[in-house]
Amino acid sequence: MDIKSLTSKKSLIQGTVLLVLLILLAGVPLYAPGYSVVLLSSILMYVVLTVSWVIFSAPTGYISLATAAFFGVGIYATAIIGKALPFPLVIIIGGAASSCLALFVGALTLRLRGIYFAIFTFGLVMLIANALSFWELHWTGTRGRFVMPLSYNTIFYYMVGIFVLLLITSYVIKQSKFGLALFSIGQEEEAAAHTGVNVVAVKVITFAVSAFFMGAAGSVMATKWTYIDPGIAFNPFFSFMPVLMAIFGGMGQLFGPVIGSAVFTYLEEFLITRFPELYMLIFGAIMVIAILYLPDGLVGSLQKLYNRYFRRHHADT
Amino acid sequence: MIVKILDVLIAGLLMGGIYALIAVGLSLQYGVARVLNIAHGEFIMLGAFATWMLFSTAGINPLISLVICSPFLFLLGFFLHKTIFSSLLKSSRTMDIFESKSMLITFGLLFIIQNIAILVWGADIKGYSYMNYGVSIWGAIFPANRILTLVCAIIIGTAFYLFLAYTRLGKAIRAAAQDPHTAGLMGVNIDMVLALCFGLGAVMAGFAGALLSMCYPIKATMGMEYAIIAIIVVVLGGLGSILGSFIGGLILGLIGSIVITIEPSLALVAYYAIFILLLIARPTGILGK
Amino acid sequence: MPILEGKGVTKHFGGLAAVSNVDFSVEQGEALGLIGPNGAGKTTLFNLISASLAPSAGVISLEGQTITGLKPHEICRMGVARTFQTVKIFPDMPVLQNVVLGAFFGAAEKMNSAEVISNAMEILDFVGLSALQSQPAKDLTLANQKRLELARALATNPEVLLLDEIMAGLTQTEVVQAMDLITRTRAKGITIIMIEHVMRAIMNLCERILVLHHGAMIAEGTPQEITSSKAVIEVYFGEKNTC
Repeated sequence: MDIKSLTSKKSLIQGTVLLVLLILLAGVPLYAPGYSVVLLSSILMYVVLTVSWVIFSAPTGYISLATAAFFGVGIYATAIIGKALPFPLVIIIGGAASSCLALFVGALTLRLRGIYFAIFTFGLVMLIANALSFWELHWTGTRGRFVMPLSYNTIFYYMVGIFVLLLITSYVIKQSKFGLALFSIGQEEEAAAHTGVNVVAVKVITFAVSAFFMGAAGSVMATKWTYIDPGIAFNPFFSFMPVLMAIFGGMGQLFGPVIGSAVFTYLEEFLITRFPELYMLIFGAIMVIAILYLPDGLVGSLQKLYNRYFRRHHADT
Repeated sequence: MIVKILDVLIAGLLMGGIYALIAVGLSLQYGVARVLNIAHGEFIMLGAFATWMLFSTAGINPLISLVICSPFLFLLGFFLHKTIFSSLLKSSRTMDIFESKSMLITFGLLFIIQNIAILVWGADIKGYSYMNYGVSIWGAIFPANRILTLVCAIIIGTAFYLFLAYTRLGKAIRAAAQDPHTAGLMGVNIDMVLALCFGLGAVMAGFAGALLSMCYPIKATMGMEYAIIAIIVVVLGGLGSILGSFIGGLILGLIGSIVITIEPSLALVAYYAIFILLLIARPTGILGK
Repeated sequence: MPILEGKGVTKHFGGLAAVSNVDFSVEQGEALGLIGPNGAGKTTLFNLISASLAPSAGVISLEGQTITGLKPHEICRMGVARTFQTVKIFPDMPVLQNVVLGAFFGAAEKMNSAEVISNAMEILDFVGLSALQSQPAKDLTLANQKRLELARALATNPEVLLLDEIMAGLTQTEVVQAMDLITRTRAKGITIIMIEHVMRAIMNLCERILVLHHGAMIAEGTPQEITSSKAVIEVYFGEKNTC
């Protein structure tokens, strides 16, 4: 179903570049040493979290701070059933469980103003951690769990797979009737509602879709930590980072989140060994600065500069 | 039986007093300055740590610390608003955009303040002992320091209420909370009032932190849970109603006390259950617009 | 049976009654004007009909079916469309997509995408925007944006069309064009309710007029009756009008 005309040269070039990059990416374990694979897995994890976040929060304008909750649900899914079922199924279950949580949260809060949604999702991470601690203490008698390890290459390939799936989903949404409705909600929500769009339903479904990928990413990356407990799995930092990466990189397109993720993952790896307490502080400061001085993100600001200096003679009449 | 009920009720009030202070602080910041400060908990933490530090190193009475530290916290809040949120307000096209962006900025501030605290004081648990002896009320025994916190909370709350109701500045704040534009037209220096409210909110948080440090152990990561509680109380009381936040705090403290007697670790879950009920039945809260 | 009817419609905001116990009815194919000073409650009444707001009291029904309590998108699909006082087109979407959205989601019967696109093109032709179909809506002039909003509303296949000050901000020529467009829309059998301050349009287009003041209906009748009503003259014509 091709509503928006996309057979423009620009999209063809973008598509080809993407394909080439993906092929290069798939070959990394073959031609690069072990550390690159680990680093790229982390970058891909943040890319998936950030792009998923953008898919929902950018068009609707509802700021979700629940990313860590969905990510954590995926981690716990692997911790609980990872040994019992084939891994692809575990990933799907992790994603599905996160989606269910998102459906519940969305149905409850997305019919209200954005501020309610934001504060509900903010506390959600701590709430689930709390509830899980209680459950573990009183019902299962355990304190945390051990996760079965997977090889770095396996983790990497699963993350590439989830990333590709996310790209395809994002593309399909954009080209579809649903994507048109989603876009219209971001433009003028009231007008969209009065033009027949069930705005709450569209928001909730989009939220659930984005949560699926966050949960799936969590399921895969769970194997990075050998021991997890609610405090480790549900860490507000994973709600913070995707927002930081999206704001810094730029909320509009795919490349903004990808660049933001790459920059900050690399920065994190670099700083975490040398200045462990400082890096969260620095990232917090960057967030404040980026919101104040980079309203279009890095990619958007660069685009604006490009348009201003190189496209002057193409100005619209 | 009656003793048991009284026990729970009074314990609830003791906790509720602190919740009320925290919530009033947040309500000032959101209701007037329209900043949903999710770093509010970090100001609580700062108040707690400052009090602990003064007590442990110089033996200074926590009540005196309350007075000493408040100007600093006020200036911190005031300064943050003047530099960051004022300029954001001017550059935001709509109020919704300002609310989203300012909230995200406070998310960044949360990590900044928390990690500075960890760097300075370390991440482990601290505490000190102050007025730890028991006091008997109607047969039930309570630690004297907790009763002191309730008394302080009542004094601070009353003083603040009188300030809002009877001083010129207080009236300006109430006007700005209701309708900033018109208040500005009537001669209220809105920029100053907003920054003032943000500073006052920070002071309230600091008070609550100081009082908390008297009764409970503290750690650098304690802030977030209190921020969440403050948010739930503000929603319960009604977004924008300062009185509502005060009442909501007392109610939530009572409910928390009841839940804790049944199952201590489920307090936050109970608060969230109330949150969910509110969102379903009455999002505007008890006294909300 | 009137196509749209309201009984005792009331809306309170705190202590203020924005709309107070209004009874109204519109016959199929009619053109009803809704006038009154600023703040009289006209747009609020539209908001109550289209479910942007829920009434504090009263019932509104469409073809006998109660529609109070339904959601905006449901009312749209049942056949009530509207335009807004401040034009709410989708600025970054091409003109055609604005209309396509209406055809996809607002019309009661399902169409496949080919039918939807050809339907949208027909409507663009009807309002005179075919040449601009690929332009982003934000690049249009105000008059064209209003045409677009009308086109989007028409794409939802409405029985009743609520026009909220569609003439506001238009030049004299554009007003004439808008009046012509509304007449042609009526010729399709669509019932029209219009809020307007441009008296010329109301007097020429509408068979009946309702006058609101402070949320209450103070007069109802033909244009001739309204212009000679003492109550209306006192309340309303004391103000400057835009003719």
